[in-house]
Amino acid sequence: MNIFRAVGRVTLAFLREIGRLSVFTVNAVTSIVRPPIYWTLLLKQIMRIGYFSLPVVGLTAFFTGGALALQIYIGGNRYGAESFVPQIVVLGITRELGPVIAGLMVAGRVAAAIAAELGTMRVTEQIDALTTLSTNPIKYLVVPRLLAAIITMPFLVAIGDSIGVFGGYVVATQSLGFTGSIYLKNTIDFMTFHDVMSGIYKAVVFGFIIALMGCYNGFHSKGGAQGVGTATTNAVVSASILILAANYLLTNLLFSK
Amino acid sequence: MARTANTPKVELRGVKKRFGPKVVLDGLDLTIEAGQSLVVIGGSGTGKSVMIKCVLGILRPDAGTILVDGKEVTRLHGRARDAVMRKFGMLFQGAALFDSMSVWENVAFGLIQGRGMRRRKAKDIAMEKLVKVGLGPEVGQLSPAELSGGMQKRVGLARAIAADPEIIFFDEPTTGLDPIMADVINNLIVDTVKGTGTTTLSITHDMVSARKIADRIAMLYKGKIIWDGPTSEIDNSGNPFVDQFIHGRAEGPIKMEVRS
Repeated sequence: MNIFRAVGRVTLAFLREIGRLSVFTVNAVTSIVRPPIYWTLLLKQIMRIGYFSLPVVGLTAFFTGGALALQIYIGGNRYGAESFVPQIVVLGITRELGPVIAGLMVAGRVAAAIAAELGTMRVTEQIDALTTLSTNPIKYLVVPRLLAAIITMPFLVAIGDSIGVFGGYVVATQSLGFTGSIYLKNTIDFMTFHDVMSGIYKAVVFGFIIALMGCYNGFHSKGGAQGVGTATTNAVVSASILILAANYLLTNLLFSK
Repeated sequence: MARTANTPKVELRGVKKRFGPKVVLDGLDLTIEAGQSLVVIGGSGTGKSVMIKCVLGILRPDAGTILVDGKEVTRLHGRARDAVMRKFGMLFQGAALFDSMSVWENVAFGLIQGRGMRRRKAKDIAMEKLVKVGLGPEVGQLSPAELSGGMQKRVGLARAIAADPEIIFFDEPTTGLDPIMADVINNLIVDTVKGTGTTTLSITHDMVSARKIADRIAMLYKGKIIWDGPTSEIDNSGNPFVDQFIHGRAEGPIKMEVRS
């Protein structure tokens, strides 16, 4: 009988978690459209979530673009197709790697920071204190972070795309013997508006996932230091998994024939 | 129901709250008259904090009613809830100061964010309240992390009284402080509240503090109020649970549950 009980308990816990997350999500999203909006907090979060993520997104995109160029060259070489490096680099970066790498890096950086900050506020009763000071904690803490992530992620991805393509360009021209002007011409001729925009749409969804997972896990953090640690880990892990799952679904949706 | 002179300020009737299988509040009845200072005593984990959080709407009770000025508040939302919340101030156990802000911004928070007051005016009031709790204006510019525990409690108190609330809750106001600082805080509570007509509800397990700030004492045990009377009668309660608690004896009808 014990195994049934264990399965039942896990199922109930899972369903409870889904329910709690759904209520939190609906609450957060409906709070976005209801006034007041805290503009100064929003600007602060745009700086923290967006601007300060630029170095990490830029660096990872650069190296990813470079590695991608190398691999395509090696793979293409077997079929005498090594001249397709610029086309496939730009395709891979704008459609998949740009948004996914930026999403995962920002998840690691921002979802963790949000969960740790809100988790500490939860366990030190600062979130309860907001309520007693006539301030809705969802509007004050969650909405600015959610909006900031949704607004800044597309810019981060657009910048990451450019740097990623540039990384491919640097490797191709410096060590693979491509001519700069031809590489650029091939990149621009091949790139379509849809490729770039598909990455931008993904960025909006990923931004939402990152901030939501950070806020949700921080808000429901329990206990002391250990609870905040768990919340932080859960935020990064759940955000990363959801980003990759959403990426698959979005690719399916955006590029289905 | 219209508010009359006899309507209690806060009234809890049959309030129940449980977390999973653990019953925390089990049909709690409690009445706080306007202008009265009520202290609820009870051991750790008896549901004192949960009771306060139910009144504040941070937690929603599973059953029972909570009346503030004769008005049911457990099912309120949005604006109606905000209007009721404005009547409350609260001093949290760990002070719960916002560490991303300076001391004066903490004190002025409810005025600026909750009531839309101008910053300059709110700052003046914040400074005035800081002086009231014995802190100079220079403290206003510090960050909460730079303050000692006792000073943080004082700032928490200044924040709780900043908007001149009608009802103030004190969650373990003296816990974690040395006896002298605890007495300072007790005096501040008495001084800031007495004579203003403010109603207060404190929860504590510190009997020295309870005797000092209470007009009336109630004892919470296993989710129910088991004794309730004027402070002067606490020593002659005739209740073995109360006697054991106020004398701090390990032996008696209250058995410490090691596992919760």
